[in-house]
Amino acid sequence: MSSKPKSKLLKKDTRSDLITYAMVLVAFAVVEIIQATGSMTSLMRGLLVPLCMYSILAVSLNLVVGILGDLSLGHAGFMCVGAYASSIFSVCTRETIENPWIRFPIALLIGGICAAIFGILIGIPVLRLKGDYLAIVTLAFGEIIKNILCSIYVGYDSKGIHMSFESESSLGMEMDGKLIINGPLGINGTPTDSNFIVGIVLLLITLFVVLNFIHSRAGRAVMSLRDNRIAAESVGINVTKYKLIAFSLSAFFAGIAGVLYSHNLNVLAATSKNFGYNMSIMILVFVVLGGIGNIRGSIIAACVLTALPEVLRDLKDYRMLMYAIVLIVMMIITSSPKLVSFREKYGLRQFIKTKMANRWTKEVQ
Amino acid sequence: MKKSMRKILAAVLALTLIVGLFAACGSKEDSGTQTGAETIKIGAIGPLTGGAAVYGNAVKNGAQLAVDEINKAGGINGMKIEFRMEDDEHDAEKSVNAYNTLKDWGMQMLMGTVTTQPCLAVINNTKADNMYQLTPSASGADVIVNDNTFQVCFTDPNQGIASADYIADNGIARKVAVIYNSSDAYSSGIYNTFKSEAAAKGLEIVATEAFTEDSKTDFSAQLTKVKSSGAELLFLPIYADAASSLLSQASKLGLNVKYFGCDGLDGILDIEGFDGKLAENVMLLTPFAANATDETTQKFVSAFKAAGYEESTLNQFAADAYDAIYIMKAAAEKSGVKAGMSVSEIGDAMKGVMPQITVDGVTGSGMKWLSTGEVSKTPKAVKIVNGEYQAME
Repeated sequence: MSSKPKSKLLKKDTRSDLITYAMVLVAFAVVEIIQATGSMTSLMRGLLVPLCMYSILAVSLNLVVGILGDLSLGHAGFMCVGAYASSIFSVCTRETIENPWIRFPIALLIGGICAAIFGILIGIPVLRLKGDYLAIVTLAFGEIIKNILCSIYVGYDSKGIHMSFESESSLGMEMDGKLIINGPLGINGTPTDSNFIVGIVLLLITLFVVLNFIHSRAGRAVMSLRDNRIAAESVGINVTKYKLIAFSLSAFFAGIAGVLYSHNLNVLAATSKNFGYNMSIMILVFVVLGGIGNIRGSIIAACVLTALPEVLRDLKDYRMLMYAIVLIVMMIITSSPKLVSFREKYGLRQFIKTKMANRWTKEVQ
Repeated sequence: MKKSMRKILAAVLALTLIVGLFAACGSKEDSGTQTGAETIKIGAIGPLTGGAAVYGNAVKNGAQLAVDEINKAGGINGMKIEFRMEDDEHDAEKSVNAYNTLKDWGMQMLMGTVTTQPCLAVINNTKADNMYQLTPSASGADVIVNDNTFQVCFTDPNQGIASADYIADNGIARKVAVIYNSSDAYSSGIYNTFKSEAAAKGLEIVATEAFTEDSKTDFSAQLTKVKSSGAELLFLPIYADAASSLLSQASKLGLNVKYFGCDGLDGILDIEGFDGKLAENVMLLTPFAANATDETTQKFVSAFKAAGYEESTLNQFAADAYDAIYIMKAAAEKSGVKAGMSVSEIGDAMKGVMPQITVDGVTGSGMKWLSTGEVSKTPKAVKIVNGEYQAME
């Protein structure tokens, strides 16, 4: 940010970023005020952490889809890795580290780093592919992760860690053994360390890292790969390196979101509902609806689409129909050329711009 | 300037609308506690949409029937029951949302959830609120770890044990093959205990084949192995939708074995496009058979049909839910629950009397509860004969 007085307008990118941070902070303040006045419903309170989580997921996927320009359908897989890794840690250290303010940050780091490692491992072979091929391979990766975690049994006792794909009894543990992952039942008893403040802080950190990454040298290199790979290569940009950076960064934050998820509910199981390709596509819908490459839009879309089916509960069985209709209408509104030109003419952004310009000209005079 | 004024006005208007929306949400909560004066609010959670919707809808109908009957007869301690069921799509996260929605509505007792995995997430919330929770059909063993949660159905491990005992004690078969869903908690839960109990009872498991949720349409590989293993009986601790395609493929393959399943097989005759003849002679362990001759079942079945509910939902889940509401009534009457009591007070009162009550229901007579939340009743087995469930001796 420039240290000069107001007379100089901020750079366009910086201003846009600041609006994004401000939006999150205002949302946080509004929620806190509603909570303080006691008129917050249980449903809204229960939705706060999921809203943060889905926002983080949407922002992180936007890094791959919008900035890197690759279609990834395995985002739920990274989330799954983060959720399981952190849950294993938290369940094992529940008794030894009692303070959640120490335990949870470590869990977050473990979840994020494990997901990032998987991001790199998957990325090395996969990022050679483009477009549809990449989408299919990432989709397969997500399914593999889900299915492995769904059928694995892990436990530990005095002799060490036991693992099996058969059943609980074939682990052959001692009497003092403790079961960590119980096959399709997953991990039970993860401490519920997630809360709204942590969620908001994590969302802000995600935004900070992602937005700064986009504006950094590496970010520009990544975007140049998106816009014209051959041209970028010809000026000496290392394709694999920058693709991997973006991909693993995205996986890292998906892992963080997974940690939030697993520490919000005390039961964690890999089902096709939560870590299947449906979830991956759901996150992609957030990104597409919010605008590919538009970080702020991703957050708004994630919040609206997560809250919508819950708010529409009064409509009973028709709510999923309504949800689909709203999705279609929103898609048309955001992309119809007539409406886009209408928005550009009369939209809020235009309004602020003219306001600013007026003031600017006044100050100059 | 004028234009900008109009825009500011529009923005202010939009803001007031949003604030109004929040205020409306808030006021809903208030009205919930006020009307609690002469009614008692029972909430229910289950999958009303999605793959497991058949169970949720059965529970909804069964419970609604019981609620209507009780209200007609004067209610619980003079209080009318208000009943509301919310959808969880068989997903843990959605289930917690459904729970919170019901809490906003003013729910005082919870009947739910229908399926195990979401239930494991919700028990954490009911524990925090000390809300009395009775699940009709979530059969996982961990569902009842908290002292405020009770079950109407058997736990999965108990079903596995009961199945092995039934097969061995009645001399149905000695050589047994198993096909189960390794990605499903219910299925693998039953399989694990079945395996150990079968060994103890001298049954020989000659083949064990697994499938997952994503591959539940093609069973040819598993069935071929079962066929070559020389099993006399195929144990299927799986749900009806997978079993229907399994049975059709088995008949094409010419597999000649006896079939034995658990309560998940219930409802197999009502699956669309499934030839009921294929399920002929399939045995299943279920607490409910619609054509059982005892008086309670007969009364329930005729009332269910008279009320006009879809007959495809007349299954064990509906019966469990029907019983659940009557169990709640029995416990509430015994403990003297009054409308003005808070959720936590009701929770304390109800869980105190649960080990003392005995309920004769559709799914078993003389049902009793341990303070752990587990039910004790005799398991029943039925056999499909001429396209109908027939109670076995």
